[in-house]
Amino acid sequence: MRELIGLIPLIPLLSSATLMLFAGHLSRFAIGLLGVGSVGIAAILTAKMGIDFLGNPEVFKVTLWTWMQVGTFSSDVAFYFDGLTLVMMSVITGVGFLIHLFSTEFMEEDVSYARYFAYLNMFVAAMLILVMADNLLLLYLGWEGVGVCSYLLVGFWYQNSANGYAARKAFIVTRIGDTLMALGLFLLFTELGTLDIQALGDAAKDKWQVGDSMPLIACLLILGGAVGKSAQLPLHTWLPDAMAGPTPVSALIHAATMVTAGVYLIARTHELYLFAPIAMIAVALVGLATSLMAAFTALTQHDIKRILAYSTISQIGYMFLALGVGAWTAGIFHLMTHAFFKALLFLGSGAIIHCLHHEHNIFKMGGLRTRMPVTFWSFMIGSAALAALPMTSGFFSKDQILLQAYQVDGIGPWLWFGGLVGALLTAVYSFRLVFVVFFGQVNTEPDKDTGWRMVIPLSLLCILAMMGGWIIIPVTQVFPLAVFEHPAHWVEYVSIAVPIVGVIIAYLIFLGGQLKVDVFTNSFVMQKLQQFWFSGWRIDWLYDQLLVRPYYGLARALKLEPVDNFYRLVVTISQTFNQWLSAGQSGQMRRYITSMVFGLIVLLAILVRAS
Amino acid sequence: MLMINLILILLIGGVVAIFSERLGADVPRKVALAVVIIDLIYLLIALSTIPQLETLQAPVPSDPETWLMHYSVEWIPAFGIKIELALDGLSMLMVLLTLILGAVAVSASWTDIKVRQGFFEANLLWTLAGVLGVFMALDLFLFFLFWEVMLIPMYFMIAIWGHENRGYAAMKFFIFTQASGLLMLVSILALVVIHHGNTGVWTFSYFDLLSAQIAAQTAFWLMLGFFVAFVVKLPGFPFHTWLPDAHTQAPTAGSVILAGILLKTGAYGLIRFAVPLFPQASMEFAPVALWLGVAGVIYGAILAFGQTDFKRLVAYSSVSHMGFVLLGVYAWNILALQGAVMQMVAHGFSTAALFMIAGSLQERLHTRDMREMGGLWQNMPRMGAIAMFFIVASLGLPGLGNFVAEFLVLLGLFQVDRLLAVIAALGLITGAAYSLLLMQRSFQGEPDETRQLVDFGTREMLTMAVMMTALIVLGIYPQPILDISRPVVESLISFSSIVTGGSL
Repeated sequence: MRELIGLIPLIPLLSSATLMLFAGHLSRFAIGLLGVGSVGIAAILTAKMGIDFLGNPEVFKVTLWTWMQVGTFSSDVAFYFDGLTLVMMSVITGVGFLIHLFSTEFMEEDVSYARYFAYLNMFVAAMLILVMADNLLLLYLGWEGVGVCSYLLVGFWYQNSANGYAARKAFIVTRIGDTLMALGLFLLFTELGTLDIQALGDAAKDKWQVGDSMPLIACLLILGGAVGKSAQLPLHTWLPDAMAGPTPVSALIHAATMVTAGVYLIARTHELYLFAPIAMIAVALVGLATSLMAAFTALTQHDIKRILAYSTISQIGYMFLALGVGAWTAGIFHLMTHAFFKALLFLGSGAIIHCLHHEHNIFKMGGLRTRMPVTFWSFMIGSAALAALPMTSGFFSKDQILLQAYQVDGIGPWLWFGGLVGALLTAVYSFRLVFVVFFGQVNTEPDKDTGWRMVIPLSLLCILAMMGGWIIIPVTQVFPLAVFEHPAHWVEYVSIAVPIVGVIIAYLIFLGGQLKVDVFTNSFVMQKLQQFWFSGWRIDWLYDQLLVRPYYGLARALKLEPVDNFYRLVVTISQTFNQWLSAGQSGQMRRYITSMVFGLIVLLAILVRAS
Repeated sequence: MLMINLILILLIGGVVAIFSERLGADVPRKVALAVVIIDLIYLLIALSTIPQLETLQAPVPSDPETWLMHYSVEWIPAFGIKIELALDGLSMLMVLLTLILGAVAVSASWTDIKVRQGFFEANLLWTLAGVLGVFMALDLFLFFLFWEVMLIPMYFMIAIWGHENRGYAAMKFFIFTQASGLLMLVSILALVVIHHGNTGVWTFSYFDLLSAQIAAQTAFWLMLGFFVAFVVKLPGFPFHTWLPDAHTQAPTAGSVILAGILLKTGAYGLIRFAVPLFPQASMEFAPVALWLGVAGVIYGAILAFGQTDFKRLVAYSSVSHMGFVLLGVYAWNILALQGAVMQMVAHGFSTAALFMIAGSLQERLHTRDMREMGGLWQNMPRMGAIAMFFIVASLGLPGLGNFVAEFLVLLGLFQVDRLLAVIAALGLITGAAYSLLLMQRSFQGEPDETRQLVDFGTREMLTMAVMMTALIVLGIYPQPILDISRPVVESLISFSSIVTGGSL
């Protein structure tokens, strides 16, 4: 069975190739069957591997071939399987399968049905390679592969230039992070002589001391890659725009799997981070700052997908916070539960958009509770989990993160407090969404129903979002055991209470109307602040001024090739001389005689002086 | 004899192509394709019988008997000029690339040549012959001869069958290459004279001249003569300005050959001649060359970003990509050099394909201006998908050949100079910017439904399939190529470090 692990990414990849090559010859049913079936088979194989692993938790590695071997550098196409790999593969193939199934209905009427599934299958293959890679170079292959698939799917409806812009922005912004990560790989190889992940950990133990500058630089470069892919400050700006893609794509790539790749990367290389305590604090602070920034922004958005996008950024911030405080298990746990409830929310929003003539504005929705009951309950459960209400999956994971953050020496309580503020905001904005969209009066009537291919994924994800917190992820061998003292009881009670308070606030403002905040929100300062948050803290504007415009300007200024001026000058000089000299060739005997006589006189004069 | 035959087949094939035009306008191209394929098959059969290919032992640079093939006869004994050809792993790769892309080039201009088809195909074949000569000649006089031979038919291809500004472009191409070639000729002659002064023997043979004893100051200037000639061809910043004009104005086959093959002769020259002949001088010069390489990577990428002409954009992307080759050569360690060789092969395929797409667009739309394109995917989905493939190849997607090349170059460079590697890595970002912009402006965006365009047909798809397969294989299983060039690269490095008493 172990040798067959390569089949898991291979099957979706082959399906993708088939769909690209024979798109014109396949019926829509065949396309759907290939697209969904290939991921389904991958999911079944993953489940089989998982059951074997839980029975006999033995880590193993399968080498397929040598990718490149030059001098002392060597990288294999090899897969590494442990508990962390299993968790990631299960999320990718499991949630991925449900999203593929959902897509068959969502994309039913799209002319490019085959192209869609070709890209989506390719994404699953690349994402699987990313998490299964045994060395950082192969991981980088998956890493860039998912980036390209994300680009292709964000710009899937290429006829609209705005989508193309969003796709390019997504790719280029993440490429900045990717380049930092590539430099990190160069540094790691130069310092430690390998890119094999397990060997790196051992080499680091031999060559590095805790607090050295090399591990710090290397870890910060890897963090650079992670913040790009996982849309954290300061490279988060691509994710809200990436919502231009089809909604199931947002669910799969921009919520459940690809954007969490940065979390996976840091968790996977945690042995290196142990040598760089400052880098770990940086991870935690980036995560906390991002989660707060994005939560405030989500509060002011009215595009349903943008709200969810900022909420994703915010939740990944929590995962980074977890990684930064050494709560790796909690971080990965939150990654998994977030995949469940955020995929659920995105698919739910997809169902709404599908049934409401592509409406995105939540204030043009309303009253959908009775019109779309399945979607309503999906959103109720998804939002409850997102807000981390007790007993939902999000509660278990977020609670662990907050409590472990509290334990950190020195800044721990502050991290915990920041996280709590974020949790409060999360509860408010997620239930604002629920109350505005599903309660009140009906603003737009749905024109179709959700079919079984939408209902089944939604229902299953509801169960996972509810019960996912009870899953115990098998990562005890992967991460060092956290020394976990239970904090004082009041800390725990406050952590539980805050999200409930948030829901109540949202209820009072957006549904009950008891809490009148208009006077407050209409004040000049709050208006400005809301605009500021709405624009995503004007970070896009800042980058536009600092980077994008100067680059365009530079390209325009250089377009006519200044270097060529030098060669043009040479040409001009030769032509000028040519004109002068040919002007002398006038053919007039008188002139020739004059110049000869003149020349003779000059020569004679020189000779006379010389003698 | 095999190597002579390879060249003769192409030369004679060119003559046949001219006369075949009498049989019909569409005959010469078939003749040309047949000639190139026969040449390729002939080479493959011959290679399969060489026992060394199995073991790929490291050739000693100065001992021709250790090479895969060696052929030498007297030509002008008075000056020690010989017809001396030799083949090692590096030149074998280049010869294979030349013949495969030669076939691609014939296919790329299958329909867009409307006048004097026979003479066109002849020039194409003669250019290929000249290039093969450059890759195999190890007598410096003969090498220089081929260097010039490949130039003239190329000049004709641009000047006769080029686009609206062909006269200017062809002249510029000719003067740049010719002027820099003369510098190399001076260097070659000086080198031979100095060697004669030391030993009393007249020889132009690479194998003898490798051991020439030259004063450091003189060596520096002679090295510079070679360097300029090769870097103009590469093209390296700031000698690249002939390239955008020549590429843009050349007919499709001309662009394919220029970008795919001719540029590689510059890179090959640096690896084969400029560094090994003058290791000490090259070592001192390396920092300058590396900065020129980085400048090319970034400058080319920025200029590509600003273009509105499809072909010009691709041309500037070549400046950027070939900057990586310059970096790879002058970082002069095994990683970077192997990366440079990979880049020569991978860039050959990816750029040839992009130029073929550019040519197909021009043939169908009668413009290269991207402001008049947009949404072409809708009209031609096959071409769109294929363009996307080569775009992501050119921006260095792992799993395709170009990534392996750029990764190895940067990794090798990082061992030598971290700052330069960091700056060069910016090329990964700027590369993505112009590549995706190219895709956006031509194939994405709002389609013009009224356009009636013919999508790629079987011939085009087959040609593209060859190059796509090549890039995928290079990307996921590059080891065979690396193994072929490894002994050459290793022996070159150890050879020059013996001379300089250290590694470059």
